[in-house]
This record gives sequence, structure tokens and C-alpha cells, in this order.
Amino acid sequence: MKGFLPVFRKELHAIFASPIFYVVAFIFLVISGIFYYVILSYFNSLSFELARNPALARQLNITEVAVRSFFLNLSFILIFIAPLLTMRLYAEERKSGTLELLFTYPITDAAAVAGKFAASVAAFVVLLVGTLPGIVAFAMAATPAWKPILSGYLGVFLMGCSFLSLGLFSSSLTQNQIIAAVIAFGITLVLWFIGEAKTITGSMAVGGVLEYLSVTKHFEGLAKGVLDSRDVLFFCAFSIFFLFLTLRQMSSYRWRG
Amino acid sequence: MIEAEGLTKFYGPISAIRNVSFSIEKGEIVGFLGPNGAGKSTSIRILTCYMPPTAGVARVDGLDCFENSIQVRQKIGYLPENVPVYRDLTAKRFLRFAASAKGVAPKRIAAEVDRVVAACGLEKIAGRMVGNLSKGYRQRVGLAQALLNDPPVLILDEPTIGLDPTQIIEIRHLIRELGENRTILLSSHILPEVAQICQRVIIINKGEIIATDSPANLTSQLQKTAKISLEVSGPVDEIVPSLEAMAGVLKVTPEGDGKNRLTIETDQSKDMRPEISRMVVLKGHGILELRAVQLSLEDIFMQLVTEDPAEEGAKS
Repeated sequence: MKGFLPVFRKELHAIFASPIFYVVAFIFLVISGIFYYVILSYFNSLSFELARNPALARQLNITEVAVRSFFLNLSFILIFIAPLLTMRLYAEERKSGTLELLFTYPITDAAAVAGKFAASVAAFVVLLVGTLPGIVAFAMAATPAWKPILSGYLGVFLMGCSFLSLGLFSSSLTQNQIIAAVIAFGITLVLWFIGEAKTITGSMAVGGVLEYLSVTKHFEGLAKGVLDSRDVLFFCAFSIFFLFLTLRQMSSYRWRG
Repeated sequence: MIEAEGLTKFYGPISAIRNVSFSIEKGEIVGFLGPNGAGKSTSIRILTCYMPPTAGVARVDGLDCFENSIQVRQKIGYLPENVPVYRDLTAKRFLRFAASAKGVAPKRIAAEVDRVVAACGLEKIAGRMVGNLSKGYRQRVGLAQALLNDPPVLILDEPTIGLDPTQIIEIRHLIRELGENRTILLSSHILPEVAQICQRVIIINKGEIIATDSPANLTSQLQKTAKISLEVSGPVDEIVPSLEAMAGVLKVTPEGDGKNRLTIETDQSKDMRPEISRMVVLKGHGILELRAVQLSLEDIFMQLVTEDPAEEGAKS
């Protein structure tokens, strides 16, 4: 992995020096804040209504209602945010010709891909840390179950990594950042809804495959606090697959000249 | 130090270079000369491990550019054509990245960056964004990154393109200084530049190497006849017949600019100037100028790249 650290550090500098990150962070935090507020006030009104009925109130579970839907909403914002974080990674290098430098410095292509991916993951983690004050406020007002929260964050993190690796790959396909973002956005959106297609396919086998490919399906468990190794493995394999494709794309780019 | 053996590169069905072979000794400054689109950048990109050749082998310091790509890249400082730079980093930050990517030990990075900043005269702009720099400074930043980690081989693709005359002179000066203890390959389509800096010239056209030699040898080799320029005080008509009658004179052409000038083509084997001067004086004219005309590299280049179309037809 010769060259991982230099690339990682350079990308971090580029990410935090560009206005894109701050605009993305602002939008992400505002939207997640709105969702947070809406969900909690919904839970609030729900508990007032149920106060008259103690039997039902006992079934009201803040993890089930609030935490789970908070993470589901967070993960939905990711579809829009992840491509914006990754779109410039390779597209800009291609456009400005600096890929020629990257290709002729003594660093392996794998190290460059890994460095870029790690930098985008780091930027994403900074965004996630930005949502923590909400959790802290929540913990001060109620006594939350920590395990579902941790597994929810793990789920958002893993899903984010998957989307970032997909975004990195689409960035390697073109020298136009907008095209890179749109490709990544399109594919993630399809993977988000592909599970729904199960009902319209006639065959059980095809439906099963589609359901397996659905990122929502694998995320739901984690958001609920069910830590299933199959889901974790799915997201890891997803990330590795697209990182591998990016690497292939780089060698193909070299050979074509 | 640098060897190319039968390099061929196809972009789809189009071949950019065909069977390009040359070798460069340690310590040489070699110019890679050719018109735009001749295959200079393609050859250079193969040598710098940017892309593999379709056929053939390139070696730097005995290491295969494809098999031992990383080691080869460690030995080369490369300034690509059009000088790509990370525009959203400051010059210093960019050089720091380049230094660490080239494997400079973390402790030495600051000193190494300072060294190339000083060598390329970048002290004043080191803290500015590369994207906001003038073309001349950007070029120097590009050169500075090539010098990091003191590589024994420098490959510069059109290092002076887009610079103003003062900057060109500065860069040439720098290159000549660097060449004192390094092997340098630089490409250019500007002939005087190559003639001034390089000890040897490789001329490439339409993807094939057509000549390799020192600028001086190329000149004498291609000069099939010696040319003499003569200016006399009286009318030239009187001496033309006697000049033509002399043994060894092949052709006499009056310049016809009203200055009594003549261009005389003579046999390469001997210097005709003493005989000519004696004859002119005997005729009662004064000699204002008498000199041997050297073919410039420019002429050779034109001669080589604008080959006889008939000759080419016969070859293929």
C-alpha cells in the first residue's frame, strides 16, 4: 500500500478546502435536524394521545418509533449526499490532467483508490458526528436503549461506505463531476427501491435476488438494533466490489492511454 | 540510462508510434524533437510508466517500465505536457504531497520542499493557491515537483511552452544547470531551444524516429553540398561565368536583391573560399562578404519532416 497516506492526506486537504463539503454538510445537518425534530414531536403527540389509554401506552416504544425512523431517514439523505462527496475524486483528476501525476508517482493504483476512498469516508464520519448533539439531547430527556442507537449508527456508516465506494467508481468513469454524481445517484436510488420490485416479478427466484440486492432490506435490521452478520457482510462486500471495479477502471484507463 | 526497444503504441486502430528505439546514456541531455502529433508525448508517457506500450520494451536504469513500474517511477522526475497541477492546493501543500508520494521520509519533507522551492525561485508564491498562479509560476511549480527527491532522470515534456522570452531563458538556464549531474530527456518542437540545450537530438515524425545525432553532426551529415555566400562591390554578371567555370562549383545563384550577392553551391570535399576570393580580386572587384553558410537545425528539420512524397510512396 505504498502511497496510501500521502493520497489520503492530500484528499482530506482538498475536501476540506473546497466549498462543496461545507454546502453538503450544511444541507445534511439541516435536513437531518428537521427529520429529528419532526420525529420527536410526532412521538410527543403520540404519547399524549395514548396517555388516556395505559394499556396501549405501555406498548409505545421510543426505540421502535423514534430511533428507527430517525436512522431510516438519515440513510435516505445519504443517497443524495454520498455522490456529492465522491464526485470530484477521480473526475477532477482526469479533467485537470493531474491523473498523469498520480499515475507516474511511485504509488500503486490500489493505494490511490484506497486513499481516496478513506478520505471520503473520513469526511462522511465528520458529517455523522454532526448528528451526535441530537442523540445527546435525546439521552438527557429520556433513557434510550443504546444498543439500537449504536447498531443504527453502524448501519448508517456501512451504508455510507457502500454508497461512497459506488460514488468513487462512478467518478472514475468520467471527467465530468456532474455526470459522476448523477450516475452514482441513479444507481443508489435503484438499489434503494429494488426490494419493492419483488412484488411485481412473477418468479420467486428473481424476487429473492432483487430483495437480496436491496440496501433498505439490509439496513432495516441494523436500524432496529438487530446486528445480523449477513447485513454487515453485504455492505462490506458491496464496498469492496466497487473499490475493485474502480481499480479495474484505472488499469483500463492506463491501457487505453 | 534510458532505453527504448521497438516501442509501438496503438490507440484503438490508430498507431501513435511505430517501432521507436533509442537509448540515452547516463548524464546526457537529449532533445526529443518533432512536430505536434509526431508521438513525442506518447513515447514519453510510456517511459514514465503512465501507460504500457502495445509492443516493445522501455527500460530506465536497466529496469523494465512495465514490470518494475514502481521502482522506475522512483527514479524519474516528470513534468507532463500542459503542466497539470492541483489547483485547489497551495504550492507548498502540493509539493509536500508530491514529496511524500515520491517516498521522501516524513522528517525530510520540509527540507526537501524548501530545497526545490529555492531551486525554482518559488519563495514568494509558496503559500498561494496553485490555481491562482501565472502560467510561468505554474510551470515552475511543475518543474519543482519533478525535482523532488532528486531523481537521477528528468523527463520534461515541452518545458518552455507558453512562457514569455525571459521565462524561457530562465528555464533553459535551470535545465542546463540540472543537466550537469543528471540524465535529461526533454521534448520540444522549438528547434533553437533543442540546439542550445541538448547534446543529442532524436527527431521523430509521424510516429517514427527519422534521425538521432548531435546537432552539429546532423548539420554536416545532411549538408550534401557546402554553401558559400558572396557579396562583391561590382555587378555580379561579370563574375558568374568564371565562377561557374571553376572546378568544384556546382551551382551559382544570384540573390537578385540589388546588392550584388551570390550563393554558390560547391563540392563538400574542399573549401573553395580561397580560390573564389583570388578570382574575384583578379577580376577587379572588392569582396564585401565571403562566408560559408551553415545549415541550421531548422533547415534539417524541414528537410527531414517534409520528405519527398515520391520516396515515401516507394517505401510503403
